[in-house]
Amino acid sequence: MIRVENLNVTFHNSGRTMRAVRDVSFAVAAGETFGIVGESGSGKSTVLKAIAGLVKSSSTMLAVNGREAAERRSREERKLMQFVFQDPYASLHPRQTVDDILREPLIIHGSNNIDDRVVAAIANVGLSPLHRFRYPHQLSGGQRQRVAIARALILNPPILLLDEPTSALDVSVQAEILNLLSRLRQSYSLTSILVSHDLAVVAHLCNRIAIMQLGQLVEIVNAADLRTGRVQQDYTRQLISASRGFTRAQA
Amino acid sequence: MNQGLTQWLMSEAPASRRQAVLGSVYRGLVAIISNPAALTGLVIIAVLILMAMFAPWLARGMSPIEQTLSSRLAPPSAEHWFGTDELGRDIYVRTLYGARVTLTIVLLVSVVVAPIGLAVGTLAGYLGGWVDAVLMRITDIFLAFPRLVLALAFAAALGPGIENAVIAISLTAWPPYARIARSETVTIAKSDFIAAVVMQGASTWRVLFKHIVPLCLSSVIVRLTLDMAGIILTAAGLGFLGLGAQPPTAEWGAMVSAGRDVILDQWWVATIPGIAIFIVSLGFNLLGDGLRDVFDPKAS
Amino acid sequence: MSAPLLTVEDLNVSFPGRSGMTRAVRNAGFTLGHERLGIVGESGSGKSTTGRALLGLIPQPGIVTAKRLEFGGQNLLACTESDWQRLRGRRLSMVMQDPKYSLNPVQTVREQIGETCRLHLGSNRKDADRRALAMLEAVKIRNPELVLHLYPHQLSGGMGQRVMIAMMLVAEPDVLIADEPTSALDVTVQNEVLRILDDLVRERGMGLIFISHNLTVVSSFCDRVLIMYGGKIVEECAAKDLHNARHPYTRALIAAAPSLDQPRAELATVTRDPEWLT
Repeated sequence: MIRVENLNVTFHNSGRTMRAVRDVSFAVAAGETFGIVGESGSGKSTVLKAIAGLVKSSSTMLAVNGREAAERRSREERKLMQFVFQDPYASLHPRQTVDDILREPLIIHGSNNIDDRVVAAIANVGLSPLHRFRYPHQLSGGQRQRVAIARALILNPPILLLDEPTSALDVSVQAEILNLLSRLRQSYSLTSILVSHDLAVVAHLCNRIAIMQLGQLVEIVNAADLRTGRVQQDYTRQLISASRGFTRAQA
Repeated sequence: MNQGLTQWLMSEAPASRRQAVLGSVYRGLVAIISNPAALTGLVIIAVLILMAMFAPWLARGMSPIEQTLSSRLAPPSAEHWFGTDELGRDIYVRTLYGARVTLTIVLLVSVVVAPIGLAVGTLAGYLGGWVDAVLMRITDIFLAFPRLVLALAFAAALGPGIENAVIAISLTAWPPYARIARSETVTIAKSDFIAAVVMQGASTWRVLFKHIVPLCLSSVIVRLTLDMAGIILTAAGLGFLGLGAQPPTAEWGAMVSAGRDVILDQWWVATIPGIAIFIVSLGFNLLGDGLRDVFDPKAS
Repeated sequence: MSAPLLTVEDLNVSFPGRSGMTRAVRNAGFTLGHERLGIVGESGSGKSTTGRALLGLIPQPGIVTAKRLEFGGQNLLACTESDWQRLRGRRLSMVMQDPKYSLNPVQTVREQIGETCRLHLGSNRKDADRRALAMLEAVKIRNPELVLHLYPHQLSGGMGQRVMIAMMLVAEPDVLIADEPTSALDVTVQNEVLRILDDLVRERGMGLIFISHNLTVVSSFCDRVLIMYGGKIVEECAAKDLHNARHPYTRALIAAAPSLDQPRAELATVTRDPEWLT
C-alpha cells in the first residue's frame, strides 16, 4: 500500500542544513497498522509528513497505492490519505464550528448530501449531535481529537496517518481515543501509520514497528518481539528498558 | 422573553449554524459593551454617524455655506450655539456637516487600505519565496513616502480636493497593514489546521481566503480603528493646508485653519472644530483599544 | 520515621469563577518525611495546585485554607510575603515541567545560579561560582565550566532540566517539589534526571514531592503515592503496591494505560462516579 525507499528530508535553516531523515526505507501492507517510535529529533514525524506531502523530500521511491506520489498532490491524490495531528488545540480552526470544519473537505471535493455525512461523521467518532455547532474552545481535548479524526475520515481515505494522536491527552482520554482508532481501523479497513514516542501505545495498536534514532531507521520489529525484548539493536533495548520505568539499581 | 433569548444566544450547545454564529456575535457585543472604554468609543462614533445622517434636520433650517456677512464672527448665543465664522456662517451647522466629510474620509480610506493590506500581506506570508520578497520590498517603498509630501504632489498634479487627499492618505497608509497581515499569516500558515485543509485538497486561494484571511481580519480591524485618529488628523491637516476639502465645503481641518487669524479675539471659530476632531479621534482610539481586548484570544 | 518535614491537614484551594467557587483542592491531607512522595492524577485533579499551595504560589484571587500547614515547625499559613521569600528557594524549592519557560532567556547559567546563592546564602562571586560548579557536577553535567557560561537556548531539554534542578538545589533546600519534571523529556533522558533526583534524596536526606501524570514513572520511582481525582486525594499507598490499588479510580487509571507487558484487545475506559468526590 505504501512503499518508501531511501527517503531523505533536509531542512535548511538560516544557512545551516539539517538532515532530519536519512535513507529511510519501509513498506506498509494494505490493512496494516505500522508504527514508528523514536525520541524527539529522531525524524519520526518528518517521515510521516513527507509521506503526506507536507514537507519536501527526496527518495528513490515513494509509492502510495502502487502509484508514485508526486511532490505536488492533485485533489484526487489528496483523497488517498488523511492526517491526524498531535495537538488537538492547534489542529482545529479556532473560528470555525465543528460543522464548518467537517463540511470543508466535502465542499472541496464537491460531495453531495453534505449534511447527512456530517451528522454521520459526528456520530461515528462518538460525539453527540449537540457538539455539531460548537467552536473548538467549547470542547475538551478528547472531543477535539475526535473531531480531528472525524475530519480525517469523512472523505473515506484508505490511508490514515497518525502523528502522536494521544500524547497531549490524559490517560483515560487516551484509552477512549485508542479504542476508537482500533474500532474505526476495522470498520473502514484502514491502512495506517502511527507515530509516537510511547512504546506502549505503539505496541498496543501496531503490528510492526520501526524504531528511529537521529533521522535513521534503527530496525523494524513486530509488536510481540518488542514486548518480549527479542530485538537486535542496543538502542531498541535501551528504549524498552527506559519505558518500563525507573530502575534504581542500574549501573 | 429576553431571558430566553440571552440563554439561546449564550448556549454552549447551539443547535443550528445560525445560532452558533449569532451566539458568537452576541458574545463579542457583550464583551465590547462591558468594556467601559470601548463603549465610550462606540457611543462617540455612533453620535458622529447620527450627526452626519441627520445634519439637515439638526441644522435648524440653516445652511452650512450660506453667508450672512452682517453677523460675522458673532460669539456663541441662543441663535448661533457655537457662534459664527468670518463669513457669518453658523459654526454649529458647519460642524454637523463636517462630520459627513470626516466620515467619508474614514470610510474611503478603510475601504481602500484594509483590502490592499490584507491581500498583499497574506499573499506574501503564505506564498513566501520571491513573491514575499517582491511584495514586501514594494511595501517598504510605499512606507518610505512621506504622507504630506505625497499629498502635496497629488494636489499639485490633480488639483486640491477631498478625493485626492483620500488617495494620498490611502497610498501611504496600507503598508503597516500588509506587514501585520504578513506576520500573522506566517504564524497561521505553519499551524496544523492549515496543514489539515491542505491535506484535504483545498486550493491555495481557498486556504488564503477561507482560512487565513478571517484570522488576520481582527488585528487589521483593531489597527484600522487605532489608526483612524491619525487618518482624521492627517485629513484635517491637509484641510488646514488648503489641500483637502475646498471652500466652501465645511471640513473641520479647514475650519480650524480659517479661525487661525482670529483665535485670540474670537476663540470659538477655531476651537469648536478642533474639539470635534479631538473627540472623534479619541472615540476611535478608545474603540480600537476595546476591540483589541475583545479580539485577544488570551483574554477568554 | 522521624518527625515529618511537612504536615498538611485539610488543605483547600478554591478559585472564584463566574459560576461560583471552583474547588481545585478539597480537604487534602498528608505528611512528607525524608522520602519520595508521588502525587498522581489527570489534568484538573489539583495535583499541581497542591504543589503550588505548599509554596504559597496560588495566584490571586485563589483562596487557600487549611487546618494545618506546617513546614519544620513553622506555620506556613501565617507566612508574610517576606517570610515566603526567605523560605522559597532556600528551604522549599520547586522544579517545573518545562525548563524552556522557567529559565531566564537573557541570563547565563552562571548568573542565574549565582543570583540564588547571593540571595539565600549571601555568597560572594567566587563562592557562588564554586557552588554553581559543584552543583552542576552533582547533576551530572559533563562539562560544568563550559555550561556555566551558556544561555538557556543553548541547552538541550535534558540539560536545561538538569540546570534547573541545580539552580533549585544550590541553596540545599529541605524539600523539593517537582511538578512534572520529566514529562517534557525523552524516556532515556527522563531516567537520567530521575536518577539525579534519587541520589539527592538519598545523599542529602531531602524530602521530594514528585507530581506526575505518569503511573509507570511514579510507581517505579517513588516510595509512597497519593492519587488525586477532582481535587481530592482518593487513595494513598506504597508505590510498589500501586498495582493492587483499591480505589476504583486508581484501578481504572491503571487499566486504561496501554502496557508493554500485557497486550490488551481493548483498553478499559474510566467511568467516573460522582460519589468519589463526596
